[in-house]
Amino acid sequence: MNIPADLLYAQTDEWAKVDGNTATVGITDYAQDQLSDVVFIEFLVAVGDTVQKGQQIATVESVKAAADINAPVSGTVTAINEALPQSPELINKDPFGQAWMVRIEMSEPAETRQLMNADGYAKYCEERSH
Amino acid sequence: MFVPHTDAEREEMLKAIGVERIEDLFTDVPEDYRFPYLGLPGGLTEMEIMAELQEIAAANSSTREMACFLGAGAYNHYIPAAVDAIIRRGEFLTAYTPYQPEVSQGTLQAIFEYQSMIAALTGMEVSNASHYDGATAAAEAVVMAYHHFRGKRGKVVLSPGVHPQYRAVIRTYMQGYAGFQIAGDHEPGCDPLSGPETLLPMIDANTSLVLVQYPDFFGRLYDYTALAQAAHEAGALLAVAVNPLSLGLLKPPGEFGADIVVGEGQSLGIPLSFGGPYLGLFATRKEYVRRLAGRLVGETVDNAGRRAYVLTLTAREQHIRREKATSNICTNQGLIALTATVYMSLLGKHGLRQVAELCYHKAHYAAEKINAIPGFSVCMDRPFFHEFVVCCPMPASRLNDRLIDHGIIGGYDLQQDYPALENRMLIAVTEMNTRDEIDHLAEALSEVSHA
Repeated sequence: MNIPADLLYAQTDEWAKVDGNTATVGITDYAQDQLSDVVFIEFLVAVGDTVQKGQQIATVESVKAAADINAPVSGTVTAINEALPQSPELINKDPFGQAWMVRIEMSEPAETRQLMNADGYAKYCEERSH
Repeated sequence: MFVPHTDAEREEMLKAIGVERIEDLFTDVPEDYRFPYLGLPGGLTEMEIMAELQEIAAANSSTREMACFLGAGAYNHYIPAAVDAIIRRGEFLTAYTPYQPEVSQGTLQAIFEYQSMIAALTGMEVSNASHYDGATAAAEAVVMAYHHFRGKRGKVVLSPGVHPQYRAVIRTYMQGYAGFQIAGDHEPGCDPLSGPETLLPMIDANTSLVLVQYPDFFGRLYDYTALAQAAHEAGALLAVAVNPLSLGLLKPPGEFGADIVVGEGQSLGIPLSFGGPYLGLFATRKEYVRRLAGRLVGETVDNAGRRAYVLTLTAREQHIRREKATSNICTNQGLIALTATVYMSLLGKHGLRQVAELCYHKAHYAAEKINAIPGFSVCMDRPFFHEFVVCCPMPASRLNDRLIDHGIIGGYDLQQDYPALENRMLIAVTEMNTRDEIDHLAEALSEVSHA
């Protein structure tokens, strides 16, 4: 399982890549593997919306499950990956790259301290596999 | 009787919920109605009970020996004998979508054919595997539109020309939705016979759905194009409740801009049988398929490339999406949907049109005859299909009581649902009504109103 070292992770299996005050958000390799083939994504927020940490920002459906995607940080949505609804399979193929979901201009950057680092997330995934 | 719980477990459960005795759970049920005071008579043999039941049944008058002009959402049509013969086959005779659906390819194929026929008939792109009846399907349309806008549009505009029972069921469904508003059908001073144009000013940015009926409850036909445009301009959806049989003749709602088509499928080969089981039709456009409630069968190929049927898009459904599903109903009306499928297959496109035409022409003949009776007039200012409103010289209920003696089941007394519609009777005519029956109805109405 791929867990890039330079990202932060939420307990609900979203990753955040922090660059200055901006967080790029997607779901992890672990999450896409658990979901199996993703067939649908629907964004519940639009560019310009403010979101709270933990708020649902998208719904993802696979052939066997539906999952909520939550904002790992609070802030304003500055970008949405418009390519994903056309090609939801990217979430399986490249969860950390082409399948980024939203960018959030953080209003509470200190919230990132509540997220896990790669080691913490690896342990967290391992615990759940037992 | 097998009861899995021990006395100790029951004690524990009662303690947990804070009551002393199981009887305490039934305090809301009036004492007279509680077990063991049912007051049932002693047991009878099968032969005795058959005789008793037949005697009770014989007190009923049925559409077999009476001329029936009662409709109002359930219609007396001819059902070819082949329908029953086919649906009673052991392979088909189940009321339910099987739990291992893909094992039952025949059932899934029948549902797929049903969906295809309903989509074609309504002019929609996708139909689900059915709901319980027209009323629940209409309520599901309201729920679907509500979820489509994620609860941000808390109003539905309901035409007073939608079946009163559908509107009642919609109110039941929506009572738990805080702040949800139903406009249109109970406005002060609202004329129940007003047309769709009176709904236009009620459509606003908070409206999720506009719901009308076609033909409407009074049998009338409207072109809802302007209403569809107004709904769409406000960002809302338009749902149309249909009598599917009429669509053998009429323009499908998909062609005048409907986003959702619901309806009562009883007219498609399903017996009246005291009000059910019936069939709820639900069809929509492809873009809303993920908000669609209920089962959906799709066609695919298996690993050898052979055609196969599967339950598809199941992630919409309650067993996966749980509390976030559009609806918590994920069953369908399997056997009754099959009945409609067999009926439509036997009749075909031309047969369905022929039945619809017979209904239309006989109803118009009846309207002409009744309009000619002194004291009676057909009060319709719109084209109609096979049902029409008659203004009578006395309450419809009184006329109906007297018509029974002439071997006639009269029309629907509109005053029971619309207090403003005094002395109004809704008369339905189908292919089952012969010219003799219609002439007899006209004579009987003339006679009983002067008695």
